[in-house]
Amino acid sequence: MTQKNRLSGGQIDRTKPMKFMFDGRFHQGYQGDTLASALLANNVRLMGRSFKYHRPRGPLTAGSEEPNALVELRGGARQEPNTRATTAELFDGLVAKSQNRWPSLAFDAMAINDRLSNFLTAGFYYKTFMWPKAFWEKLYEPVIRKAAGLGSLSMKADPDEYDKGFRHCDLLIIGAGPAGLMAALTAGRAGAEVILADEDFSMGGRLNAETFSINNEVASDWAAAAVAELSSMTNVRLMTRTTVIGAFDHGIYGAVERVSDHLHTPDAGKPRQILWRIYTNKTMLCAGAIERPIAFDNNDRPGVMLASAMRSYANRWAVTPAQRVAIFTNNDDGHRTAMDLHAKGVKIAAVVDTRPDVALSDDYQVLRGAQVLDTKGRLGLTFAEVKLADGTERTLECGALGVSGGWNPNLHLTCHQRGRPTWDEALSAFVPGDNLPDGMHVAGAANGALSTHGALETGMKVARQALEIEGRAGKLPQAEDAPVKITPFWFVEGTTRGWLDQQNDVTVKDVKLSHQEGFRSVEHLKRYTTLGMATDQGKTSNMGGLAIMAELAGKTIEQTGTTIFRPPYTPVPIATFAGRIKGMEFHPTRLTPSHYWAKEQGAVFVEVGNWLRAQWFPRPGETHWRQSVDREVAATRASVGVCDCTTLGKIDVQGTDAADFLNKIYCNAFAKLPVGKTRYGLMLREDGIAMDDGTAGRLAEDHFVVTTTTANAAKVYQHMEFARQCLFPDMDVQLISTTEAWAQYAVAGPNSRKLLRKIVDAEFDISNEAFPFMACGNITVCGGLRARLFRISFSGELAFEIAVPARYGDALMRRLMKDGEEFNVTPYGTEALGVMRIEKGHAAGNELNGTTTALNLGMGRMVSKKKDSIGSVLSERPGLNADDALKLVGIKPLNKSDKVTAGGHLMNAQGPVDAAHDQGYVTSAAFSPSLDSMIGLAFLKSGEVRMGERLRLVSPVTDLTVEVEVVSAHFVDPEGERLRA
Amino acid sequence: MIINHPLLGPRDSSEFVYLGDASLINRPDPDAEDRAQSFYEYGYLRINPAGMHRELWFHEAGDRSWLVVTRDTTTHEITSVEMARDVARAQGRSK
Repeated sequence: MTQKNRLSGGQIDRTKPMKFMFDGRFHQGYQGDTLASALLANNVRLMGRSFKYHRPRGPLTAGSEEPNALVELRGGARQEPNTRATTAELFDGLVAKSQNRWPSLAFDAMAINDRLSNFLTAGFYYKTFMWPKAFWEKLYEPVIRKAAGLGSLSMKADPDEYDKGFRHCDLLIIGAGPAGLMAALTAGRAGAEVILADEDFSMGGRLNAETFSINNEVASDWAAAAVAELSSMTNVRLMTRTTVIGAFDHGIYGAVERVSDHLHTPDAGKPRQILWRIYTNKTMLCAGAIERPIAFDNNDRPGVMLASAMRSYANRWAVTPAQRVAIFTNNDDGHRTAMDLHAKGVKIAAVVDTRPDVALSDDYQVLRGAQVLDTKGRLGLTFAEVKLADGTERTLECGALGVSGGWNPNLHLTCHQRGRPTWDEALSAFVPGDNLPDGMHVAGAANGALSTHGALETGMKVARQALEIEGRAGKLPQAEDAPVKITPFWFVEGTTRGWLDQQNDVTVKDVKLSHQEGFRSVEHLKRYTTLGMATDQGKTSNMGGLAIMAELAGKTIEQTGTTIFRPPYTPVPIATFAGRIKGMEFHPTRLTPSHYWAKEQGAVFVEVGNWLRAQWFPRPGETHWRQSVDREVAATRASVGVCDCTTLGKIDVQGTDAADFLNKIYCNAFAKLPVGKTRYGLMLREDGIAMDDGTAGRLAEDHFVVTTTTANAAKVYQHMEFARQCLFPDMDVQLISTTEAWAQYAVAGPNSRKLLRKIVDAEFDISNEAFPFMACGNITVCGGLRARLFRISFSGELAFEIAVPARYGDALMRRLMKDGEEFNVTPYGTEALGVMRIEKGHAAGNELNGTTTALNLGMGRMVSKKKDSIGSVLSERPGLNADDALKLVGIKPLNKSDKVTAGGHLMNAQGPVDAAHDQGYVTSAAFSPSLDSMIGLAFLKSGEVRMGERLRLVSPVTDLTVEVEVVSAHFVDPEGERLRA
Repeated sequence: MIINHPLLGPRDSSEFVYLGDASLINRPDPDAEDRAQSFYEYGYLRINPAGMHRELWFHEAGDRSWLVVTRDTTTHEITSVEMARDVARAQGRSK
């Protein structure tokens, strides 16, 4: 376990060696390493294969902008594809695998694509897989799908927790390099509430990767001192390992904190990652700059990397990618890398500088006015071919080549509100435009101040401006202020297989081809070639593509324009967006008051909205749900059953205008409903379509209790508030939802009164004379407990609904069961409830399906013409009142054993079966124990005059054709004698 | 987005549900001769501007106020937030 390429110094902890495995081989690194730096230390340059051509690849960068070194990290259910080795912190026992290769990284069969690259150019898929059409689904798509993608998913559930959090501050500073640290010191010392976020695990940015000094201190020591001072301030919150991923509306930022990614497994109770929503008045973007490469032939071999990355590896991680390196640059920055590596004892083969007038060095060879034309080395760089100023060519032996094409301000987040960058001629780079997200300021290299002095100065200045800090500014630390000396140089002339986008395999040739084929806008170029569309969003590649396009079109880069960036800044796992909102926590689970009692009975539950409702109550010996349901129906109709209907929405309506208000809300009349009576009500939408139905009981002149269906409770309440506040603002009426406040049970069946008599306190007369059908009132039960009683029936039997404060719900259910023993009281669930309402022809959600009117429901006459109500005007539209309008009817099969299915359509007994001859459709179907046959409710054209007619029920989807007879929807007790008993 | 509630101050938009154009407040006279036409226009015709839009938001996870929010649909800039009831009264709505 040698670390052949480890240098001296660096910010790694040599007392903490760590063992890790890459592609089945053990290596050693140190605490403070990334996976990439540790692999380079062990002389592993080859870390991945490219997307399309499966070219061997090593790291191009030392940060989150990395396009190449993507690996599968960890194993088992925690396996995580497409993880950048350049940001993955090393931990003891880390296991990583290379991806997108088969059978091995060194020998990848799909590298044949590289030989076929003449065919696989831009637009290959668009041009090739067009025909024959039939091949797409069976052949092309499966093959492409198999070849597509990089890493693979574990296909197992993620065992880790993810969380969400909210934070507020006066100033959010994004990036803790020299500008961000200086800004945080300035704002923190002034007392502002500051959040300083940095994606790295160590704050300092480039200060950790450079050898120059600040105030005669090593730059990284100055950064550490600044972080120490900030840590001591209670008004400053430092967030490391936190990537600000997006700038959203009104000063809201998204940030992902990688709480446990640097650990083998998260500590107990700790999430893997947290998605923060940060609310801030002001933001400072101090995200620095990203170096850009130069395109030349085969510039993608492992060992070719950005010069700044090479410097980071050497200075921060004490690693050189090879024992002998060369530099290719068009600006002074490349020379810094040569000097730093030379100082650490790495052999510099040469610095190839495109500028003819650059100064020579005593320490290493400088080739002025020269260019790198090509490289060699199958799985890693061995030689670079250089063209000298005089036109002669020379071969440089080197295991790594640092490339510097200048710096691009990292302005990603300035674009998230459609901000457009502007071109800066002096820097040969785009800088943030003036249409920044609200409250955002940019400082340091991100704004084009590329020297350390520039970063510190603007960090302080912009923080003072943003927070309007008065008084004298503190003293600025002394730091280098090297001017930017750059001659634009984007690609070596004549290159074709010079890589621009290394992740998506877009070369100079592809950009030229797309231009030739007429894709002249940058947005078209991007989509046709996929330049910049990989997981790195083209952070290192977009500029090169733009420069080539500009040249081809004979325009400046400024005229050519640029694509803009969108959130997220770096890829975010879906799990992080989901947080805890998954599985049973996807939405709240609401339990009814009788839930625990029902669970004791072994009830089977069903989700209705957010509620869990008992669906049926299996008894010993029952092996099929139908047995339970049939028994519950029969027992209820024969004696008495109890069903928890707490989930129905309950809205308390009070005020002197309450009756007038309900007259507006319901299409039928309510103003004259006497106190102590309940009425069925149908609500329409303003367009005349039925919205919801329920009952309203009048407990006092100015007090109604409205019920809604379970599913529409929230929507109906919202609608009623809209009417109250926006349409009738002066009505004296107040609304409150009391759904959770009252436990409510339906007690149904011929013995329901007898059962209730045992519970309702004696002073309340609930005989048929004193408390007739549709009566309601306040009562007390069980010796003084306040309750409400409604004599309403969904089942068609003599029935009541009794409500008690929710906390007594469990006790009341147990009492009903105990007192009901003598009547064989039977709890029933939603299935039996459904069967009984279908037998009775009552409409429910299936019938109130958003397309049906009062007329369709057979309640056309209920829509009062004497008063205005919501929906009354538009329900008169001719289209909704056609002579052959659909009407609610019942259907039953001629052959009792035949099946009736909801969703099936009705066709005449003779004639074609097609949409043109459609007569209607079945909305609800159930087996009726009372009729010993399946029955259904259906909407049928002119249904009211077709009783007794024979039709065909067809369902082409399930290949069903059944002969049915049209009957009244009231299958059971059509005269309603039972419920009035 | 942040909606500056006239009574409760700045609130996150996730506390609200959206309905649509504030013209829904202007429910036509149900007794007018041309009610068929006016209700049709009220129910179905909306302006869908790229720019300033007055729209109804319901503070469902808050105090259940209906608000009229004036928002630029292209930038999400919010220039005013009013209680819908005040807007309705100002437009002459009563009972």
